[in-house]
Amino acid sequence: MRLATLQKKFVSNLGVILLAMVATSLPAQQTRVGNIDGHASAGKKEYRRSCVGCHGPDGDGLGENAQWIDPKPRDFTAAVFKCRSTPTGTLPTDDDLGNTIHRGVVTTNMPSWLPLTGQVRADLVAYIKTFSPRWSQGHGTPITIPPETPTTVESMLRGRALFQKMECWKCHGPAGHGDGPSASTLTDSKDNPIRPYNFAAGTRFKCGETNQDLYRVFMTGLDGTPMPSFADNLKPAEAWDLVHFLRTLQPVKTPEAAAWKTWLKSNANSLKPIGPETQ
Amino acid sequence: MQKPGFFVLAVVFLVSSGASTRASRFTAPMVAPGSVEGIITYTGTPPKMKPIDMAKEPSCAKQHATPVMTESVGVGPGNTLEDVVVYVSAGDMGGAATQPVTYEQKGCQYIPHVAAMEVNQPLEIYTRDQTSHNIHPMAKVNAEWNRSQPPGAPPIKVTYEKPEFIPVKCNVHPWMHGYFAVLSTSHYSVSDDNGKFSLKGLPPGKYTLTAWQEKFGTQTQDVTVSSGGTAKVNFTFKATPY
Repeated sequence: MRLATLQKKFVSNLGVILLAMVATSLPAQQTRVGNIDGHASAGKKEYRRSCVGCHGPDGDGLGENAQWIDPKPRDFTAAVFKCRSTPTGTLPTDDDLGNTIHRGVVTTNMPSWLPLTGQVRADLVAYIKTFSPRWSQGHGTPITIPPETPTTVESMLRGRALFQKMECWKCHGPAGHGDGPSASTLTDSKDNPIRPYNFAAGTRFKCGETNQDLYRVFMTGLDGTPMPSFADNLKPAEAWDLVHFLRTLQPVKTPEAAAWKTWLKSNANSLKPIGPETQ
Repeated sequence: MQKPGFFVLAVVFLVSSGASTRASRFTAPMVAPGSVEGIITYTGTPPKMKPIDMAKEPSCAKQHATPVMTESVGVGPGNTLEDVVVYVSAGDMGGAATQPVTYEQKGCQYIPHVAAMEVNQPLEIYTRDQTSHNIHPMAKVNAEWNRSQPPGAPPIKVTYEKPEFIPVKCNVHPWMHGYFAVLSTSHYSVSDDNGKFSLKGLPPGKYTLTAWQEKFGTQTQDVTVSSGGTAKVNFTFKATPY
């Protein structure tokens, strides 16, 4: 149904419709990561070797190591996934799942499974999709990410205003340290405490490290966590502004951070602090 | 009561209309719909609702002269229960409801606390607040989504496909808590602050009613609705303090 409304939304864009039709017409259990076909039967063997310890034999995230792990291992029977290229409330693409296995999830116990071959990772994706009947609906249509806008200080300033207006700071903190007023109360969808991302930690993001990955995080939301989708409220240009500003919060050498630092030297006093509006 | 001629006409109508579930609509002019009403009460000791500290959100805190209380057990005068969903679980399930159900965020509260809707009935979620909310219905059977709604944002319009009682929360304001009751019938009612509910427009016949309370679970009762009549059904939940 959600797919249907999405299709209506893009009714003028025939290409998107065709793509969506191709995506939904594939049998649910057919899996393709990159150009490799995944096979659930082969994936099951590998799952029992590499994944079962945390994600459990039934895929419910209750493996024998799970009690020692925080954040908890993903429950594949719920079929709710953080890292998606698809809108909130929809299933990720095979490539999204493949990418998560490939890169791992930094700041959690999920390592990168790069040492496995591409074929094995594709097989694992196929097997993971056998744990929930939701996969019979097919995955969502990936969001469109328009080309990145120029990295200018003006863009970062607009992004900073959005960080204030969208109240990102309520959880991520005024300086992005993950210490906003609501941070200590956050729980995931299984009622386990969860931390908002701390930009000052300088780690990669959970769902990738590029500007596009960052764009995707807040335009699709990290389902199963408190991080919502802002797709209803940010235009693509605004989303890029926010990306550019978020980069300045990281202690990482990026073009954004360099330009921001230079600008701050002479303009620091002109900035209104981020946080509660002074009445 | 009814003239025999009318009854025959009704039967002819019913048969000629294909005897589908829609048949009841054709017979409606001949047989007056009935209704069910009643009161939800409790015995025992319900949990005490706690005051909510909204100090972290001044724009909401200043809208309430006295602290807002948690709402998981809404107690009214005479041991009545508010926010109990009463719905038809067997019998005529009604038609596809098209009237949008509205859900509001106001003063960092969900109004109503429990919103009932039929599957695929439009749901519109509004924000009246000067703070950014995220609406996070923790669906298990339906798809779980999580969308932000900053001040002045347009309503979020969604539907749910499968029956489910879905807890709703706002992660930014963790005290905000509500429910979507997604039902496979358009015959439903949510008890008011005096514990009263009423189901109107029920075609005469036998029904099973279910009453659901978020802490106390479900109860069912059978009832027969006569043409143009009003059946009385009361539910009593056993309340436990924890």
